[in-house]
Amino acid sequence: MIIRKLTILSAIISLFTVSAATAGTLDTVKGQGFFNCGVSQGVPGFSNPDSDGNWSGIDVDVCRAVSAAIFGTPDNVKYVPLTAKERFTALQSGEIDVLSRNTTWTLSRDAQIGLEFAGVNFYDGQGFMVRSDSGITSAMELDGASVCTNLGTTTELNMADFFRANGMSYEPVVFEKADEVVNAYDEGRCDTYTTDKSGLAAQRTKLADPDAHVVLPETISKEPLGPVVREGDGDWADIVRWSLNAMIEAEEFGLDKGSASSTCATTGNPVVARLCGKEGGNGAALNLGDSWSFDIISQVGNYGDIYEANVGASTPVGLARAGSPNASYKNGGVLYAPPAR
Amino acid sequence: MQDRNLSLSNILFNRSIQGIFYQIVTLGLVILAIIYIVDNTARNMVARGLASGFHFLGVEAQFDIQMTLIEYSPTSTYFDSFIVGLLNTLLVAGLGIFVATIVGFAVGIARLSPNWLIAKLAEAYIEILRNIPLLLQIFFWYFAVLRALPKPKQSLEFADSFFLNNRGLFIPDPVFGEGGVLILYSFIAAILISIGIAVWSKQRQNKTGQTFPVFYSSIGLLISFVFLSMLATGFPVTFDYPELKGFNFKGGIKLIPELVALTFALSMYTASFIAEVVRAGIQAVSLGQTEAARSLGLNPNQILRLVIIPQALRVIVPPLTNQYLNLTKNSSLAAAIAYPDLVLVFAGTALMQTGQAIEIIGMVMGVYLFLSLMTSIIMNLFNRFMRVAER
Ligand SMILES: N[C@@H](CCC(=O)N[C@@H](CS)C(=O)NCC(=O)O)C(=O)O
Repeated sequence: MIIRKLTILSAIISLFTVSAATAGTLDTVKGQGFFNCGVSQGVPGFSNPDSDGNWSGIDVDVCRAVSAAIFGTPDNVKYVPLTAKERFTALQSGEIDVLSRNTTWTLSRDAQIGLEFAGVNFYDGQGFMVRSDSGITSAMELDGASVCTNLGTTTELNMADFFRANGMSYEPVVFEKADEVVNAYDEGRCDTYTTDKSGLAAQRTKLADPDAHVVLPETISKEPLGPVVREGDGDWADIVRWSLNAMIEAEEFGLDKGSASSTCATTGNPVVARLCGKEGGNGAALNLGDSWSFDIISQVGNYGDIYEANVGASTPVGLARAGSPNASYKNGGVLYAPPAR
Repeated sequence: MQDRNLSLSNILFNRSIQGIFYQIVTLGLVILAIIYIVDNTARNMVARGLASGFHFLGVEAQFDIQMTLIEYSPTSTYFDSFIVGLLNTLLVAGLGIFVATIVGFAVGIARLSPNWLIAKLAEAYIEILRNIPLLLQIFFWYFAVLRALPKPKQSLEFADSFFLNNRGLFIPDPVFGEGGVLILYSFIAAILISIGIAVWSKQRQNKTGQTFPVFYSSIGLLISFVFLSMLATGFPVTFDYPELKGFNFKGGIKLIPELVALTFALSMYTASFIAEVVRAGIQAVSLGQTEAARSLGLNPNQILRLVIIPQALRVIVPPLTNQYLNLTKNSSLAAAIAYPDLVLVFAGTALMQTGQAIEIIGMVMGVYLFLSLMTSIIMNLFNRFMRVAER
């Protein structure tokens, strides 16, 4: 009896010992042949499963780019759908290796919660959606409104700031899951639904009658959304950061998914040659193969490719890029990647 | 044990000394394990850049909460948000237990009704509600309630002072003016006097066998005391009526649909279990008891009140306690439908904003443990009280 108790006890102790030792994420990932990427439970254009369970979206393409960089194929990713509330715990506990799920980069998340942001793949801001027949045309008319939103988001804090700053009252109705927010708003529980404007555009497609709603013009916050990794593994953070940067720089230098192979074969431009993996030894610096960035561009695409395919003006989400912060810095946007050299 | 020599081998092979030795070793190992886990966790947290400690409780929370029983604003602290969540949990658990007990007893007794239809209806209720997952029931009631109710502008209204719409139920809020405390005092006095009467009548009944209508006289006392004190102070109660302003009603007391749906779902679900507990309790009292009571000349009402219920309660109370505990713990499903309970507010928003999962989850677990222990203690006391009646 006692012997058995002791065995159980020592088993438990060894459990904690094992989990205390941390191997580098890249080695673990290479060893198991795939990595786990945390995504949303379904935000069209950002991370959304189709009926066969295949994920797509601009956030998903960040995961695919990392997979292409490491494995030479974009498909060695296991997607883990997470609510806003679950996402950071999932990353901290090691359940996922990258979180790519419309997550805003803030000071407290960066400095206090043990996260490391690897960059920004979508510049956004928070907005409000209302029913068109409500006659509301400005967020400043929302005094006394019931506001539906998601638990555990920057949205919750921004709306508190916004109503406080403007001396208005409101009733926050906060749900854990995004689908319940959409349902409750659709059923008339709230006068307005607030989240990132990209989220509004995406979730709107889930409403019973999408055309009966309008997004108000005000943008009440800055929401730089990007991929996140655990703090304390700089090598892994570098891989995610530069996978994203490579896509942005590739667009800047005219290297896109369709023409990557032919351009790389003939290029005389040293920047392009580095992105093609023909010069410079970037791969070795990241502990990856030389073709890491070429694999990303030729199999996933450059930033412009993934933007237009997932959230661009011609998609159901329909977010025009021109004139938005997501345009390249050369076209008046703020999209700017440090040089991949 | 014949041999009382304290030789070494005797000590080594003495069963009870061996027992103590192993217990000390086990305890030591458990303590070591705990120290190890705590130390290891702390190290891991530092390595991963996680904040730790409880000083976040004094920092401004910066978020709003839909329903607060105490004063609360975004400049209140995380500790305040903890209290808000805790009170909201207590409120929904208290309301749920109250309603579930009434419905559960009614259905449980109906289940034993000689009337076939009533008994079958009660059985159907129990079987259906017990077998559908609670979360589904919560969603069902929430969205059913929302869909059935009109928008604020088309509110259902009653006497120009009660309003019902998909933002909640709005009722007038009594405001006590000068002399209002007197009404409260006379209310308390009436209750104290009623208790006195009950004690006196019990003693008199023990001595002389005469009974006194305690229940009706207490009701009479209560009503007349409150009425007289109101008359004396000139009705100092005014009402703050809800009024439609902009999007919604302002003023009065507001019951949000999340609270209504959650209370309803929790109490209907738990009532189906309580009904079975009650049925089992009543059936545990043998038929001979009823027959004996009848032959003593007690009427059916007295038989139920003095013979069956006291004996049935002894069987009912322990499992009933379990149901109360279940209801309290199940109330943590609130987050699904936006009812701002402890889990949604503190283990949800506050946890996400501070990242201090270990501290916050620890506090929340502590609360549920405390609530469970308190419920058990109260119900055990009640049980002991019931047992005194045993002769
Ligand atoms: N960017 C904000 C909000 C992110 C967020 O969770 N948005 C909601 C509304 S679009 C969402 O993604 N829900 C999808 C889901 O829960 O699956 C943050 O990082 O806190």
